[in-house]
Amino acid sequence: MSELTPLLALGEFFPRGVLPYLLGGLLVGLGAAVIYLATGIIAGASTFLESTLSYVSDVPRFNRFKYVQSRDWRLVFTAGIVSGAAVYAVLFQGAIWTTDVQWWRLLGGGFLVGVGTRLGKGCTSGHGVCGVGSLSNTSLVNVATFLAVAIGTAQLVQAMGVAP
Amino acid sequence: MSENHRSPWFMPIIYIGGLIFGFGLAISGMARPEVVLDFLQFEDFGLLFVMGGAAIVTGITFAVATRSLDRAPLTASEYTRRVKEFDRNVVVGGTIFGVGWGLSGICPGAAYASVGIGNYPILWAVFGMFLGAYAQGYWRALRPTSTDDMTEITSS
Repeated sequence: MSELTPLLALGEFFPRGVLPYLLGGLLVGLGAAVIYLATGIIAGASTFLESTLSYVSDVPRFNRFKYVQSRDWRLVFTAGIVSGAAVYAVLFQGAIWTTDVQWWRLLGGGFLVGVGTRLGKGCTSGHGVCGVGSLSNTSLVNVATFLAVAIGTAQLVQAMGVAP
Repeated sequence: MSENHRSPWFMPIIYIGGLIFGFGLAISGMARPEVVLDFLQFEDFGLLFVMGGAAIVTGITFAVATRSLDRAPLTASEYTRRVKEFDRNVVVGGTIFGVGWGLSGICPGAAYASVGIGNYPILWAVFGMFLGAYAQGYWRALRPTSTDDMTEITSS
């Protein structure tokens, strides 16, 4: 039994276990790998925002060739993400699940995520998964920055007594 | 990328890839902002396994494809790695992203997946992300001669 003690101590840091996280992560990577191997495309989730805006906005920035050329498959990719999560919900979740995080946190946080991901050239999937997987220094710097700042922000919000 | 030579399988494969991607996000709990916030507040370190597991799979895939494979079958595109040019915006953008992520617990891919698990309040965040992306695009369109934009245009 004594050799299990370190695992039990580690359990404190993983109240929901490790397996769903690891399995989920491997599948996220697999999804990106399937698209990459078949098409050569490195799929990030945030360019969808700009490329979709090109359908409704005349701002030249959104209508650059690379966005207009990729906007149709980015819609399909995002539809795939929504349906994949829906398949999970139907198989394992039962009813719909809703967050308790307050609407102003979602709206304000979403706005900043929207600005930051486009300014910083990527998000948790573009930089965090594909960029890190490419050992790109730009991505490593971006990920280190947003991780540190996000931890500070979340701790501050918690310390101010905002929950959830 | 020569996406103009798309095979009929192009869209179905993109959809299937997205499906696996979204299923993974949901099973990992990333579609729930609470799980992400628990990580950022040091209450559950599982997120490290999500990002680590995903980056290992893409890392191996990129390494093998760029070294040993010829061209992507559905587009005839060359296999490349994701290496973007570094500039000040990478740090400024990362900082703004970090504040938003820490405040809300949502990021783009996870937000789409959250819609899929029926989390309709997340539409606030999706709306916010579009608003933010529009704001930064509009703002940068007002100053198109800045050096940041010039390097980006010549490199893309």
